[in-house]
Amino acid sequence: MLVIEALVDKVIELDNQIFLLKIHCPEIANSIKPGQFLNVRVSENIYPLLRRPFSICNVEGDYFYLMFNVFGEGTKILASKKYGDSIDILGPLGNGFNYIGDYDTAVIVAGGLGAAPFPYLIKKIEKGKNIISFIGGKTYREVITHEMKNISIATDDGSLGFKGNVVELLNEHLELLKKNKIKIFACGPNSMLRALKEFCLINNFECEVSTESAMACGFGICQGCPIESTKNQDKYLLVCKDGPVFNVRDIII
Amino acid sequence: MNIVDLSVQVGPLNFRNPILLASGTVGYGNEMSEFLDLNKIGGIVTKSLSLKPRKGNPPQRIVETPSGMLNAIGLANVGVEVFLKEKIPFLKKYDVPLICNIAASTIEEYVECTKILTEEEAISAFEINVSCPNVKEGGLQFGNDISAVGKITEKVKSVTRKPVIVKLSPNVSYISEFAKIVKQEGGDAISAINTLVGTAFDINTRKPKIKNVTGGLSGPAIKPVALAKVLEIKQKVDIPIIGIGGIMNWKDIIEFMIAGSSAIQIGTLNFINPAAPIEMLQSLESYCMKNKIEKISQLTGSYQI
Repeated sequence: MLVIEALVDKVIELDNQIFLLKIHCPEIANSIKPGQFLNVRVSENIYPLLRRPFSICNVEGDYFYLMFNVFGEGTKILASKKYGDSIDILGPLGNGFNYIGDYDTAVIVAGGLGAAPFPYLIKKIEKGKNIISFIGGKTYREVITHEMKNISIATDDGSLGFKGNVVELLNEHLELLKKNKIKIFACGPNSMLRALKEFCLINNFECEVSTESAMACGFGICQGCPIESTKNQDKYLLVCKDGPVFNVRDIII
Repeated sequence: MNIVDLSVQVGPLNFRNPILLASGTVGYGNEMSEFLDLNKIGGIVTKSLSLKPRKGNPPQRIVETPSGMLNAIGLANVGVEVFLKEKIPFLKKYDVPLICNIAASTIEEYVECTKILTEEEAISAFEINVSCPNVKEGGLQFGNDISAVGKITEKVKSVTRKPVIVKLSPNVSYISEFAKIVKQEGGDAISAINTLVGTAFDINTRKPKIKNVTGGLSGPAIKPVALAKVLEIKQKVDIPIIGIGGIMNWKDIIEFMIAGSSAIQIGTLNFINPAAPIEMLQSLESYCMKNKIEKISQLTGSYQI
């Protein structure tokens, strides 16, 4: 965990107003794990004041990528970054995915910008394991397939792929999922994670989810990102420090 | 050897420099120690402690506002017992004054917490939080009540020989009236200010952006208010003041000292740049040298009005 001034290499615009920020930073690129995140200070000014948390999207040599959409002031500034701009990064933060293990098929489930952490995870999953991806969005515009593998798509309005949500789409493939020893890795809106948790409990699937929360510091001191634990209801877990990746059975979504 | 003497005195307390880390922005020290050498800091104020552990408020607890942030953490903390057993051992490894912040729901609870904690020799002083805006019982209910603040000060003082600092709320008409009663009842210093009550709404859902509806506003947005409150106390009451409120750089520290602070606390900035407090020490020294100030404490209350 360190605070470091890194250099922006470029901003790449994918389809649908989704951006990738490529940053040169060997210290982070060589140490970060899939599912961990970085807290980024978008400007030196006091507005926006707080850092913005982003999951690591991918790593290439001494470079890493963050994925974002333009949502508010902070991301607007990020989208305007140019080659050579410096950027203040705090990280790596949190716990990543446990992708090494006894399963033969990794099932990626992503809703909207929840696609962000998966290019790096997919790269790191050991050879010999299968990877299949289920990607959801409200409409075709929110579907992000960047660097995903063996993709099936669901949209709420049916404008692309299966009409319905991504968990309903998983259910359509239940027989196939049950034939393999799978582990699900998911990220997306809470409504999706909630439905997915129920689906995993009913079918007894292993599942890790990457959660999201408003937060200030990202390393455990502000206490701003509580999430309810199933094991001890007298105490919250913190998304930043105990997560952002959790076994779906350990949290109440 | 330092040419400038950065050490400051706050009542009976001595600090190697005026920079303390504010309660609720430094946890119990262990996370911060990854970013800075705690031995170089003036002092650490712990997260508010209550007699029993507190779960705190449900999410969403935090939202950013222009040049500030609202928080409604709800005093989530491990409680006095776990603090003494599990958190203090780490802090003891450092040579840095440790101030325990206490928050309670009743006067008796303040007294009970102080009684237990005062036995621990690693604790240098207490900061009594009578001004948390985010809990139903205690907190601002006390912070807005002059006689309650007086009574808490008196009762806490009666069970400890250690210095007692009272952290006051800015959400009152005359903060100096509260400082006056703290002094009258034997309090050793004032921390000013705690956060300002604020709120924010989502214009699409029309719901408040934090679950508690209101929260405490901190960050640079509140600095001018904090400076005015420090000045008011300085002009009306003879009691040492620890200035708090939106400090982002070394110039802000100088400003707070000019307005009347003997020391200062850094809060929200710890979330953004946890290494900042150390980075500022050098600049404080340079400022003093440039202005031919031998002891930084000479700045306290040096306003030219």
